[in-house]
Amino acid sequence: MADIDNEQVIQVLKTILKRLVQLVPILFVVITLTFVLTRMIPGNPAAILLGPQASPADIARMQEELGLNKPMLEQYVNYLTGISQGDFGKSISYNRPVLSLILERLPATLQITLTSMVLAVFIGVPIGVFSAVKQYSAFDYIFMILALVGVSMPIFWLGLMLVLVFSVKLGWFAVLGMGSLQNGFWDVVQHMVLPVVCLTTIPTATFARITRSSMLEVVNKESIKALRARGIRESLVIWKHALKNALPPLITVIGMQLASAFSGAILTETIFSWPGMGMLIYSAVFNRDYALIQGAVLFIAIIFVFVNLIVDLIYLVINPRVNYEGGGTP
Amino acid sequence: MNDQILQVNNLKTYFFTASGTAKAVDGVSFTMNRGQIMGIVGESGSGKSVTASSLIRLLPKTGSIVDGEVIFDGHDMRRIANRELLKLRGSEISMIFQDPMTSLDPVFKIGDQMIELIRTHKNLSQQEAYRTAVEMLHLVGIPEPESRMNAYPHELSGGMCQRVIIAMAISCQPKFIIADEPTTALDVTVQAQILGLLKKLRDEMGVSILMITHNLGIVWEMCDTVMVMYGGTTVEYTEMAQLYANPLHPYTWGLLDSMPRLSAPPVEELKAIPGTPPDLRLTGGCCAFYNRCPYMREICAKEVPPLVEVEPGHLVACHRQNGDKTLVRGEVNQDD
Repeated sequence: MADIDNEQVIQVLKTILKRLVQLVPILFVVITLTFVLTRMIPGNPAAILLGPQASPADIARMQEELGLNKPMLEQYVNYLTGISQGDFGKSISYNRPVLSLILERLPATLQITLTSMVLAVFIGVPIGVFSAVKQYSAFDYIFMILALVGVSMPIFWLGLMLVLVFSVKLGWFAVLGMGSLQNGFWDVVQHMVLPVVCLTTIPTATFARITRSSMLEVVNKESIKALRARGIRESLVIWKHALKNALPPLITVIGMQLASAFSGAILTETIFSWPGMGMLIYSAVFNRDYALIQGAVLFIAIIFVFVNLIVDLIYLVINPRVNYEGGGTP
Repeated sequence: MNDQILQVNNLKTYFFTASGTAKAVDGVSFTMNRGQIMGIVGESGSGKSVTASSLIRLLPKTGSIVDGEVIFDGHDMRRIANRELLKLRGSEISMIFQDPMTSLDPVFKIGDQMIELIRTHKNLSQQEAYRTAVEMLHLVGIPEPESRMNAYPHELSGGMCQRVIIAMAISCQPKFIIADEPTTALDVTVQAQILGLLKKLRDEMGVSILMITHNLGIVWEMCDTVMVMYGGTTVEYTEMAQLYANPLHPYTWGLLDSMPRLSAPPVEELKAIPGTPPDLRLTGGCCAFYNRCPYMREICAKEVPPLVEVEPGHLVACHRQNGDKTLVRGEVNQDD
């Protein structure tokens, strides 16, 4: 028992270390790209900040104050130096340090993205499993059509429709904001329902489809037939053996969906006025708030990398044939 | 004392597909005694594996047993409830599959899979099941069984995996083992070891073994009785010694001719049976082998040959081998 498990622990540590080392060049590229791209957005931050009535002289003074008239390279070096010291710069529209703004908004985003991911896994995966087990049944057809609709739906359209039907027409749920625990738990839930439904739909549909196709591949395997020949209960054959075999593609997709839920949150939060990272980024772009855009994108990039790291670690645990040193499955 | 463990009467297993009904097994009958090894020989698509799977109702969704009777040790296998069937599978009847590398679950440790099986069928604690598993691995000749318990299937060689599968197959003291091409995927030297192991199980534990194979050499070595299948039907069924001494069906001759022999002169070419096995959706109404048979006569394309006892204990289904008329192997077909 001990020797093999030790080996696994070493593998996990090595993977983590490797990823942390890889993080440095990835972040460097992300920083550089966002720096360049934000400056390619048309529009002058100083002009936007001062409003349409500002005179050219005011704008020029403001630019100087913000350090935007310095050469690009100098701004870039300053920015890099700042980051290496943990200073992500100052948001011009909020007039506050970027890092504290992000950390303040992050919990709200995590609240809806993580809730919707957990829901999507617990709804999508069982649907996929049942669809695969009962392939070509009415259940399979109905849910796969729904899933197809689900993955094809644009998130902003879904969000607007949800608001229109459930808030405006039916008045069941609040349209805007987060609600507060002071008004009771139900207030929070009521505000969360629509944004969470909006963020859950696509991942649920995706997970159902991936689980179904991955399960279909697995259930026809000889090893599954062999389990049945050994008299193992059907529920164990499906939910323990087949599902574990079918997990790798599912884990990858869960990781990808979790990461893209953060970008999906930009649209969802804007539609539902949910005060999270998404709204923050939206307003930062709108205000040409360079430091804030860069900081937020950098933060999301870090989340992406960590989600991928977690996916890889889960691979190590669920699939014994994966060996990152050897470079994949033998 | 009842010596018979398995009785199969007129078994018919059909596959219902969009393009028609495939008669994979079409009226097969045989019996097996305790401690006996029986071989079923035939090409791919002859229905031998489906026959074996039908015994424990392990068929894909499109297939079903449409007629016949399978009596295993007093159980009517066609009629018993699923729950009873699951109890028999893996405990009284074990099955060994062709490819050992794919018949173990790749994402669970060998020990966990063995303990799961043992605890499914026996009321044992985790520790007791662990000890039983180690003992079984030891019994099938796996060195360092304790450390193998922690191995994943991909960490073992094919021969080792097949030993693990045999260890699993015998861990609940089965009365009957179905071995579906148990050595086809293995190296020749490993094949001999695995066959020796199976034979030892019969000799020491009194297990009956049904060997499915396309290799007549394995049949010579292992079996007491043998059934040759073609196109879902029995073409020849007899004692091993009798088939060895006096094979009678043209298809059996074809199988014998196509076996490589080391003693053959180097220039002699292997004689393959020309043509391919019949489309199982179209069989019936004639001898399934007639279009590949060098001894074919008009009647062969018109009538299904009955399975006739041409000499005591020797059944053959051939229009030209029904007792009175005997065909001689290698005889030139005078119709040609």
